[in-house]
Amino acid sequence: MELILTLFIPLAGAIILLFVNREKHNFIKYFTLSVSLLTFIVSLFLLSKFDFNNTNFQFLTEAIWIERLNAGFRVGVDGISILLVMLTTFITPITILSSFSAIEKRNKEYYFLLLLLQFAITGVFVALDLFLFYIFWELVLIPMYFIIGLWGGKNRIYSAVKFFIYTVVGSLFMLVAIIWLGLYVGGNILHLPGGFTSNFMQIREVLSQNPISFDIEKWLFLAFALSFCIKVPLFPLHTWLPDAHTEAPTPGSVILAGILLKLGTYGLIRFNIELFPHSAYFYAPYISILAVIGIIYGALVSAVQTDVKRLVAFSSVSHLGFVVLGIFSITVEGMQGAIIQMVNHGLSTGMLFLAVGILYERRHTREIAEYGGIARVMPAFSVFFGIAMLASVGLPGLNGFVGEFLCLLGAFKSPVLNSYLFTIFGATGVIFAAVYLLTMFQKVVFGPITNPHNHSLKDLNNREWAYLVPIVIFIVWIGVYPKFFLNYSEKTVKSVVSKVHTQSLGNTSTLNNLNLLKNIESNLGAKK
Amino acid sequence: MIYEFYALLPLAILSFSSLLWLVIDGIWKNKSLNFWGTFASLVITFVSIFFSIQYFDLITGIARNQLVTKGFLSFNGFSYYFDLVFVFAGILTLLSSRDYQRAKYIELNEFYTLILIAVFGMMIISHSNNLLTLFLGIETMSLSFYVLAGFFRKSNEGVESAIKYFLLGAFATGFLVYGIAFVYGATKSLYLDELSVLVQNGSFQKVYFTIGLVLVLIGLAFKIAAFPFHQWAADVYTGSPTTVAGFMSTAGKASAIFGLYLIARYLIFPFSGIEFAKFTSSQVQLVVAIISALTMLVGNFIALVQKNVKRMLAYSSIAHAGYLLMGIVANNAEGWNAIGFYSLSYLFMQIGAFLVLSTIETSEMNFVTMEDFSGFSKKHPFVAGTMSVFMLSLAGIPPFAGFFGKYLLFVSAIKAGYLWLTIIAVIASIISMYYYIGLILYMYFKEPKLEISPRFGLPFVSIVLCLAGTIILGIVPQYIIDFTYYLIR
Repeated sequence: MELILTLFIPLAGAIILLFVNREKHNFIKYFTLSVSLLTFIVSLFLLSKFDFNNTNFQFLTEAIWIERLNAGFRVGVDGISILLVMLTTFITPITILSSFSAIEKRNKEYYFLLLLLQFAITGVFVALDLFLFYIFWELVLIPMYFIIGLWGGKNRIYSAVKFFIYTVVGSLFMLVAIIWLGLYVGGNILHLPGGFTSNFMQIREVLSQNPISFDIEKWLFLAFALSFCIKVPLFPLHTWLPDAHTEAPTPGSVILAGILLKLGTYGLIRFNIELFPHSAYFYAPYISILAVIGIIYGALVSAVQTDVKRLVAFSSVSHLGFVVLGIFSITVEGMQGAIIQMVNHGLSTGMLFLAVGILYERRHTREIAEYGGIARVMPAFSVFFGIAMLASVGLPGLNGFVGEFLCLLGAFKSPVLNSYLFTIFGATGVIFAAVYLLTMFQKVVFGPITNPHNHSLKDLNNREWAYLVPIVIFIVWIGVYPKFFLNYSEKTVKSVVSKVHTQSLGNTSTLNNLNLLKNIESNLGAKK
Repeated sequence: MIYEFYALLPLAILSFSSLLWLVIDGIWKNKSLNFWGTFASLVITFVSIFFSIQYFDLITGIARNQLVTKGFLSFNGFSYYFDLVFVFAGILTLLSSRDYQRAKYIELNEFYTLILIAVFGMMIISHSNNLLTLFLGIETMSLSFYVLAGFFRKSNEGVESAIKYFLLGAFATGFLVYGIAFVYGATKSLYLDELSVLVQNGSFQKVYFTIGLVLVLIGLAFKIAAFPFHQWAADVYTGSPTTVAGFMSTAGKASAIFGLYLIARYLIFPFSGIEFAKFTSSQVQLVVAIISALTMLVGNFIALVQKNVKRMLAYSSIAHAGYLLMGIVANNAEGWNAIGFYSLSYLFMQIGAFLVLSTIETSEMNFVTMEDFSGFSKKHPFVAGTMSVFMLSLAGIPPFAGFFGKYLLFVSAIKAGYLWLTIIAVIASIISMYYYIGLILYMYFKEPKLEISPRFGLPFVSIVLCLAGTIILGIVPQYIIDFTYYLIR
């Protein structure tokens, strides 16, 4: 029940909002805020009732939707998705608070779309039916397209279309894979009356017992991976991201960086790793190479940006590289790190975007050169900005360190990747992050005030305090005591990783790399 | 026979009333009476179809193919389903046409009667069990379309549209008849049920039969505007009245697809042991698949560069015919159901889009371009929102009707082993995203330039019906899917 409420309260709020007079700006704002806060409170109940020793899906709700196709409304959460659902319900009220000043026109449409977006994102994280998942996945696109296109910066139209087309390209191939999988499992193996199924749990169960031949499985894997890697975004597919982030309004960037990118990494764990273990083994090194390239490339490109927002956007490419590296290390450490790093990135990069937005609202420019010496006029802001920056760099004691460390550790220990080079090159990304973020911070915040416009800047107001403080609490909390958060995903991740290893070993014919095989066996032996 | 009476009731009502209104128009010349009268006739026909379905289900069970009028017409669930689709399309078109005609200063009562006759022709197609009946249905429909296409008799485009449609259409009909003659020569039968038995037994002249089939296929491919017989479509749809263009590109296309379905089901793909039939059916399947793939790609690629919204929709309708052909290629129950579902959902979204256009066009402004839509959402948020829903649905974005239609078609094609066709359909869909999204982009993201305002009134009843259909079919497709399975079972 808690899960259903978490999912549907935003939708109900959005529908109510449709019938509100568009002139009542204050009502619309506070109504949306209270809807999102209510969702957050409900989701806290969800968290408190969540049993992290149970590796199955919890709060499971199933209802038949289209009987012929065996498609149903099936939702539930497990250790992998619970933190991401919480991240969504936590970030949304913050973005709404930040929208109060960032959004000046068409309030009604904006808040409607924002609530719809929250509904769709939560839906992606909790859907346990491939068909339902796909619908939520595409539904995310529409509000985001409008948010970028309507309230974005100068180049908004180009960015919105680019964002849309990129995502659609991936997802339609995923649709073909979903249909193929549904027909294969529902028709060829289970012989269901409709000859089709999209029940995730059923498909996972069946595939673990009757593996698909590797030749076909790898295409399915690639079709899913394409869609998710575009969303993450993985290195060669990342070009939509800087445009979308830069042009989106501040709250849009926060949602985009904070939650939307996690849809991709979540999908990689949920579908690519869980459903296609053999191909995951086979492709892990290749994807990890791309992830490492992304880490370094993102960092290097960030270093030469003159636009603060673009810099933060490129840093996302780099940070998400760690997540993908962690996932495809296929170790407990790596995957745990990936999940916690998803949350971290949502918090720290989200906060960086908020900070950039605060500056932008005061000066209407994002050029680094225009700033300097902000600390003298905006001391409180500078402290928050500094915390977000350090968290993003990965300073021990703040959240970023925990995630990146675990991801790199996973890659180091990984039997699948079987090379220390991944960790060595990946770790350089942390150094580069320090270089570009500290340089940017120094140029913007410290030194004398060179630009006369900056003399009269006002420090944070109450509203800005209100949405920055909660993020800082979590940044420090995760940094100091990550166990509280890691606990939620630990058991599930362990079971997923061990299942992947046993399944891949069960069907050794798919592995042509004998060396790799030996490694896995010794690794498993060591664990026993 | 009492069951013949029930079976023929909808057809009889429709044909009788269309003649009746033609006569009444000659006597009274009352515009309002004629409009509401034809409208009422269509609604009564719509209701009587349900009666007919109900009756058949009680007495005989609808699963069997009921032959009446000595086997010229057949009555089964699938044809009834399509009847409903056609009549509904007629209702939507008729309801919105009066205001549109008034805005264009051409208000003629024949218009409504012609729509009735066209619907009648389509219903004949969906019930035909004989190649000649099929031909008659297609001709009845096409003849009214020729006239409707040229309804703007004072504009050059209107005349061009009618002449082009008529000449090429007559040419295609020639192919069709010639093909039918060959088939008859080869098999000595024109009844579809008999033909399917003959084909399975292999007792026919193989060469002539193949020639006949190819000619029939060409004729029908022309009617659905499939590649490479698609060139006429854009010009004809652009020149004809916008409401009619919506009608022709949905119901007209769906009826031709139904004709193709009949040919495919009874003449090409009946399962058979003999080598020749197997060979032909797999060859034809491949040919239709290639036609389908090219139709989607060509339609979408040309639509990509259109500035005129009506033309863009016309080309996109070519692409949609390509998607529909996937169901024919799949040649399984899923495919036929998908055709049924897609025809209905396509009807809602395409007619809806054309009707929105028709409310914007005035007598001075014949063509609405993408540019004209700039900033449309500022003044008319509801209409812009509606149009966006139609566009997103046409693009196949969930949770709208178009997505489910495509989904079902993809399922059927993949099940039939046509993965490559599905992948091409996916690529075509991606291409189509660009221009569908493009219109939304103009409506929402650009600043207003031209003052365009839609006319509210009766057309909006149709548009709201289309909107409701697009959304309901998208969110609860269960009922229609169940209904089609129930009728086809």
